[in-house]
Amino acid sequence: MLRPLHPVAPGTRTVLGIAFFVLFVAFGAWITLGGHVNRIFLADPLSMLKDGWRLLVEDRFWLDILITIWRVFGGFVLASIVAVPIGIGMGAWKPVEAFLEPFVSFARYLPASAFIPLLILWAGIGELEKLLVIFVGSVFQIILIVAVKVGSTRRDLVEAAYTLGATDNGIVKRVIMPANAPEIAETLRLVLGWAWTYVIVAELIGSSSGIGYMIINSQSRLATGQIIFGIIVIGLIGLLSDFAFKALNRWLYPWSLA
Amino acid sequence: MSKLLIEGVSRTFAGVGGGQPVRALQPVDLAVAANDFITILGPSGCGKSTLLRIVAGLEAPSTGRVLLDGKAVTRPGPDRGMAFQSYTLFPWLTVAENIGFGLREQGRPERERNEIVASYIDLVGLRGFENHWPKQLSGGMQQRTAIARALANDPEILLLDEPFGALDNQTRGLMQELLLGIWERRKKTVLFVTHDIEEAIFMASRVIVMSARPGRIKSDVPVDLPHPRHYTLKTSPEFSELKAQLTEDIRIEAMRTAQTQSVGA
Repeated sequence: MLRPLHPVAPGTRTVLGIAFFVLFVAFGAWITLGGHVNRIFLADPLSMLKDGWRLLVEDRFWLDILITIWRVFGGFVLASIVAVPIGIGMGAWKPVEAFLEPFVSFARYLPASAFIPLLILWAGIGELEKLLVIFVGSVFQIILIVAVKVGSTRRDLVEAAYTLGATDNGIVKRVIMPANAPEIAETLRLVLGWAWTYVIVAELIGSSSGIGYMIINSQSRLATGQIIFGIIVIGLIGLLSDFAFKALNRWLYPWSLA
Repeated sequence: MSKLLIEGVSRTFAGVGGGQPVRALQPVDLAVAANDFITILGPSGCGKSTLLRIVAGLEAPSTGRVLLDGKAVTRPGPDRGMAFQSYTLFPWLTVAENIGFGLREQGRPERERNEIVASYIDLVGLRGFENHWPKQLSGGMQQRTAIARALANDPEILLLDEPFGALDNQTRGLMQELLLGIWERRKKTVLFVTHDIEEAIFMASRVIVMSARPGRIKSDVPVDLPHPRHYTLKTSPEFSELKAQLTEDIRIEAMRTAQTQSVGA
């Protein structure tokens, strides 16, 4: 029986999670191998894997994968280095928030992809431009989310620290920052996921390498198997980095889960 | 000379959404002698916590001033240790690190810190739990840690805002005896806010009864029961007599609170 909010056993959870992947692939195989769709529009799983293997072995697609990973992490790390301190500053000091919040809220709605033509003008079509797309797409998001988290730091903890003799500086460094560290890490994990969408867009325009480039290149040759393989690779890398990030957070902040 | 002097302290909160300002506390005068254990007893919303927060320096009084050892209180400081009703241990620090927080903020060397922390861990009976995180502790253990944390700074006065309010009755009784035992041995000046009459009498050398909002001091009752106090004291005739007297006092105030609330609603 399905009872609302009733927990599911861990083993069942894993089985159910895998089951959907199996169903999904089976459905894909059925409509493609069964001849229900034109092969030009959708490759079947087997030829998709074959195409993928050929890509990796003959076309050195793994180099594209590496360059895309580097772009995502490079742009993302750059954005984090800038955004996290600004976000903490905005959350902790209200005048800083009043100064920056309206602009950041505005800038957050500017789509990173719309900046690509401008960024190409400024930085050319090299690596810097790709990093900047990720940067523009992530930095304002991180600032705002971090500022909100920091701004909602438990007041009673801050008060307790004051009564223990903490200075204003000590409150920021030894209460506000550690109290919000797990949530900030969680925010970064979330935004890293978004960064993956920006990188592909950046690689679709004015690029000669990367997963996105391979995808746009395959489109002109109607190689749908390669396109789907590329998309799946992105999904797998996303899943892996997400797992790694979660594991890192658990290791860094065991107190928040204990 | 009094340890703590509260002179004409009142507090008015600005009205919400253009409403009338709310007076939480009428001018209060109170002199606390060194090493006194004062309980402030009053119905919910009578401003007793506000008064304590003003002494702590967490809130500014609208009028009047607070003097500790003759010096005016303007902001919170380590000379006034505080424990709250809510659980306010820092969740990212272990029990030992929580207790050592104030010492660290004051830049005391690590060795000295460790010694002091160890002594307070023993004092509140948490040996073996030094490296636990707050989440792994029961409510009573968390509040014991919170009291040890406030005491570790060796404050001039200890401010306790219903620290056992969220605990079950049995734990509460044990915590009262533990705190009283610490006070009997270490002699601290304590201001303890509660709405529990039994607790107020059991802990106190002096009970301050506050009126319904806006709060003012309604009566000041010395408690001359002998120390060390044992929980059986709560069933003695002297205790019962005090309890009957205070129950009557507080009942009138509680009824007035209920009435103003129903009129205001």
